[in-house]
Amino acid sequence: MFALLGIPPQALFGQLLIGLINGSFYALLSLGLAVIFGLLNIINFAHGALYMMGAFFAWFLLQYLGLSYWWALILAPIGVGVVGVILERLFLKQLYKLDHLYGLLLTFGMALVIEGLFRNKYGSSGLPYQMPSALSGGRNLGFMFLPNYRAWVVLVSVSVCLLTWYVIERTKLGSYLRAATENPGLVQAFGVNVPRMITITYGFGVALAAFAGVLAAPIYQVSPQMGSNLIIVVFAVVVIGGMGSIMGSILTGFALGVIEGLTKVFYPEASNTAIFVIMAIVLLIKPTGLFGRAH
Amino acid sequence: MQFARSLLLSAAVALCATAAHAQYSGGTVKIGVLNDMSSLYADIGGPGSVLAAQMAADDFTATHKDLKVEIVSADHQNKPDVGSAIARKWFDQDGVDAIADVPTSSVALAVADVVKEKNKVFLISGAATSDLTGKACTPNNVHWTYDTWMLAHGTGTAIVKQGGDTWFFLTSDYAFGHQLEADTSEVVKANGGKVLGAARHPLNTSDFSSFLLQAQASKAKVVGLANAGGDTINSIKQASEFGIVQGGQSLAGLLLFITDVHSLGLQTAHGLLFTTAWYWDLNDPSREWAKKFAAKHDGKYPTMGQAGVYAAVLHYLKAVSALKSDADGKAVVDEMKKLPTDDQLFGKGTVRVDGRVLHPAYLMEVKKPEESKSEWDLMKVRQTIPADQAFRPLSEGGCPLVKG
Repeated sequence: MFALLGIPPQALFGQLLIGLINGSFYALLSLGLAVIFGLLNIINFAHGALYMMGAFFAWFLLQYLGLSYWWALILAPIGVGVVGVILERLFLKQLYKLDHLYGLLLTFGMALVIEGLFRNKYGSSGLPYQMPSALSGGRNLGFMFLPNYRAWVVLVSVSVCLLTWYVIERTKLGSYLRAATENPGLVQAFGVNVPRMITITYGFGVALAAFAGVLAAPIYQVSPQMGSNLIIVVFAVVVIGGMGSIMGSILTGFALGVIEGLTKVFYPEASNTAIFVIMAIVLLIKPTGLFGRAH
Repeated sequence: MQFARSLLLSAAVALCATAAHAQYSGGTVKIGVLNDMSSLYADIGGPGSVLAAQMAADDFTATHKDLKVEIVSADHQNKPDVGSAIARKWFDQDGVDAIADVPTSSVALAVADVVKEKNKVFLISGAATSDLTGKACTPNNVHWTYDTWMLAHGTGTAIVKQGGDTWFFLTSDYAFGHQLEADTSEVVKANGGKVLGAARHPLNTSDFSSFLLQAQASKAKVVGLANAGGDTINSIKQASEFGIVQGGQSLAGLLLFITDVHSLGLQTAHGLLFTTAWYWDLNDPSREWAKKFAAKHDGKYPTMGQAGVYAAVLHYLKAVSALKSDADGKAVVDEMKKLPTDDQLFGKGTVRVDGRVLHPAYLMEVKKPEESKSEWDLMKVRQTIPADQAFRPLSEGGCPLVKG
């Protein structure tokens, strides 16, 4: 076959697969952000810090309670989700009537405080978290060596993303959520408890972030700044996909993962900036994002 | 106007120096510890370096009661513009006389320019690039602990001699990574090996899967990690996930600190070979100091960078005390080069004319989990490299201060 710009096709397929795997992380994280913004109109800058808390929660469970990774997958999102609910009730509730930007400032402040506290206690190098033995090792696919864990990450992310999209777009609960944010007064008049819906939604978005954190713990070092590195990219993904669109952020997450993977092959020094260049171009051509609706 | 005023002030200070007791600018010797306090290099230096500097100040003023020393600190966030702005403010407004530590070579190079311009002293411990005592050397630099040449020759030579003659680099895309890759490539080629390629990644990358894939595809016998801190930790962790070592390639961590190994855990890191300038378990004086340090630092043991800050500040204070003045940076550095170094961590050594401090280097191997007897008992010494062989020969550096 052809060799594209000096890269043999096998290497290219390998990089595309890696890009897809990274894309699934972006998709999962941007899903949580999109849910929170799309339904609640809150720009949740604390998302990265909550992702980091999910990873740390998994570490706590292993270190102090001896509970394995599989338990952490269920308990960490619940635990961090509860924290998210508390934060929402205490702080975010006050800001719904105000401009978006206050929410952004508050969540940004929360992120800095949370990261600072963790860094104070645990340092910046991070903590070790062993990969679960059932998922370690890998198989040689011919064109690359695929670790089993990465395959698992893609499968889980795709499933969770599709499940979330289905619940929000196709079920009664989802329709209540969407209605409650479009016209809270009217929906409340019908007897639906709107503040509780909002709290649950925020808690669910946070739980998604924590879930991604547990997925990340065995492969990325569990460190206090793991979230801040990722959050800016995730925001770019959500903006490109369209700030209100659930499916948009999922598809864009995967697509951008692939594009970033290709950049790493041809010009790795630019791999950090490729996504932002695309964001700038998309915003110039279609300001509401690729799949977004005007708010 | 500003120049005339500072000239007048220096003249006044110079006149005061003839008085019976010592006159230090502002009455105290003020040392600023500048490093990464919040990001991927924070554990290598960070608040620990500030503690090390304070311990040096306390130890020195205990026997020299006429000297007053103040330690200040700031976070350079790994950004050269932030680092040089802080340095400028410290020198112009806050009366700081010397800057210590400064990991992140790009920031160190920027700060070195400011130090030279203001004629103060630069006590380098955390930064790696060998250019600081080479092409970019100044009469105000003193480079302690380690540099890229020492790492390249210590680790590179050992690995090539073991049979690792083809290399692929994972390089941090800034001054430090490039210099480390260049120095190590030179060693590999000089020993008959070949460099098959390099993947340059941005600083503070969390995912190395695509670069590791390129390393695997190159079929090089050794994957050299020309990065540090959080980047190295993630590279090593993901290399084990992708079966780099099982696939027959070996990893060369060119720059590893004890905090990186502690963070990775011995299960993942055992067997790694790397060069260090200091380790807490080398001898009794080092052990004693490390325990004192850990007691004040949340139980965390010191890194070689932090040990270097202690030794550098101690030697600086010796020179300032001998000269009875801290005003002229070049004069203090000249005094530091005249006096032999001697502290409980690095033992006896010398400061060369290009600013390079000569002390032994050690080739270390990370222990297996069953070999470790305590939380911070993480490595063993494989080889001691004597001081005269550990660092680049004076003639090869290209430093303008070296004559002939």
